[in-house]
Amino acid sequence: MKVYQNRRTWAWPYLLFMACLVVLPLILIGIYAFTDMQGHFTVQNFLLFFSKSEAVNTFIYSIAIALLTTIICLVIGYPAAYIMAMKSFRTPAVIAMLFILPMWINFLLRTIATVELFHIFNLPLGEGALLFGMAYDFLPFMIYPIYNTLQKMDVSLFEAAQDLGANRIRVFTKVILPLSAPGIYSGIIMVFMPTVSTFAISELLTHNKITLFGSLIQRSFGEGGTTMWNYGAALSLIMLLIIAGTSFFGQGDADVDNQKGGLL
Amino acid sequence: MKTSHSLIDKRGISSRVVAHIYLTCLLVLLYAPILLIIIFSFTKSKVFGNWTGFTFALYENLFAGYDFSAQVRVDPNLYRALIYTGLIAFISAIIATMLGTLAAIGIYNMRQRDRRITMFVNSIPMINPDILTGISLFLLFVFLGISRGLGTVIAAHVVFCTPYVVLSVMPRLTKMNPNIYEAALDLGATPFQALRKVLMPELWPGMISGFILSLTLSIDDFGVTFFTKGSDGLETLSTFIYADARKGGLTPELRPLFSIIFLTILVLLIIMNIRTKKQTKKLIKQ
Repeated sequence: MKVYQNRRTWAWPYLLFMACLVVLPLILIGIYAFTDMQGHFTVQNFLLFFSKSEAVNTFIYSIAIALLTTIICLVIGYPAAYIMAMKSFRTPAVIAMLFILPMWINFLLRTIATVELFHIFNLPLGEGALLFGMAYDFLPFMIYPIYNTLQKMDVSLFEAAQDLGANRIRVFTKVILPLSAPGIYSGIIMVFMPTVSTFAISELLTHNKITLFGSLIQRSFGEGGTTMWNYGAALSLIMLLIIAGTSFFGQGDADVDNQKGGLL
Repeated sequence: MKTSHSLIDKRGISSRVVAHIYLTCLLVLLYAPILLIIIFSFTKSKVFGNWTGFTFALYENLFAGYDFSAQVRVDPNLYRALIYTGLIAFISAIIATMLGTLAAIGIYNMRQRDRRITMFVNSIPMINPDILTGISLFLLFVFLGISRGLGTVIAAHVVFCTPYVVLSVMPRLTKMNPNIYEAALDLGATPFQALRKVLMPELWPGMISGFILSLTLSIDDFGVTFFTKGSDGLETLSTFIYADARKGGLTPELRPLFSIIFLTILVLLIIMNIRTKKQTKKLIKQ
């Protein structure tokens, strides 16, 4: 028993590391958000955000775009995952690999190539390009977790449902869909969280025509010097709350992480 | 009969054809931008998307470091970015693997409640979007008065890589017989010997996958690097491409560079696939 206790100490370097570089930085966001440049307590940063209709509109717009991207990925990704999980489909591993392979190319370069694709087909760069590009970037994050849950399902459940008189549509809506809910949850979280916080992709895809909340945050820490840092920290804190809320909605965090880990 | 892919599928050939067409269309769409990069790596034009005839000129430029037609050097920052990307990925992956493996062993032996709390903190960098990880670390370095550069970027990369190492080593620990480490100690091994000779061989596969995962995450990162690199001209490939794109023109030699990277990884994956297939065939025969 004593030996066991000793080995606990092996985690101490990492605990110290996390305290300094994970927990403390997050607390700093909170501190900066509620202070002014002299370090006095204030809520001015938040008031500034809510008084600027432009900033609030960007915030709402970003969430809408992220939701829309997530829905597009779900609508396109679910059938793909379903097909890959079908019994008659002989090469699911190869196809799964093919969906992940593009992620090895730097995503900024891929995004620039998507912009070129729009140029070649003479399509305008705007909202459409933004949605297409983001769905394109994050689709594998939707397909993979859904495919994983579908693939693990027990075939006897469907047979039982059929034996009890359910037709194909009812088997899908009453058995397959509810059972694949964990995969859908993970997929939604894994697509929504990066899209709601993205900043570089949107700039490249729309040539700076559309500003998202992530870009707003980035600019407050940009070239403008230290004057906007506290405001930027307040925006970051709002973003942090959204992320915390979303991951809470996903319940099983460990599940999401496992999916993420298995993906790469 | 395989039972793992187990959805009902008693439909006719027509729906199977539709299914295949759907997947093919999706993959074509997914690969179109990458194909575009590869195709346009074989033309000389400075502007991406402008075809001026087939040539290997960009490949020659890339390897020579010299643009023969324009009589100028290829942007030396590209090569520096390439080297820094590799260096940062390698160092942070090694640190993350060591730190994460030790942490996993420690966490595994913790009391239930401590373990839950630690694993929660461990999941924060994985859930946090890179912009928030980047900004929080940026504020920390500013707050502590640490000047940003190579060291801060590596520290930041270790932050978001280590949780994945912990998660890939943990399953190996749960599968392992917990008594063999004690047995080694009883037989007179020092804790360090027991770690090296008994624990390490058991944990090796988890450590390797954690290391590779860390490498990929680090190479692919943009957001965290962007906020922690400082303004001394330190660039990785990601931040280099971003700066390049914002200036207007993309360095044309990036096209052959990423074509080579993509094809290398494709070949590696195909080899790996064939090898695992052969191994499973062997296993089935046995």
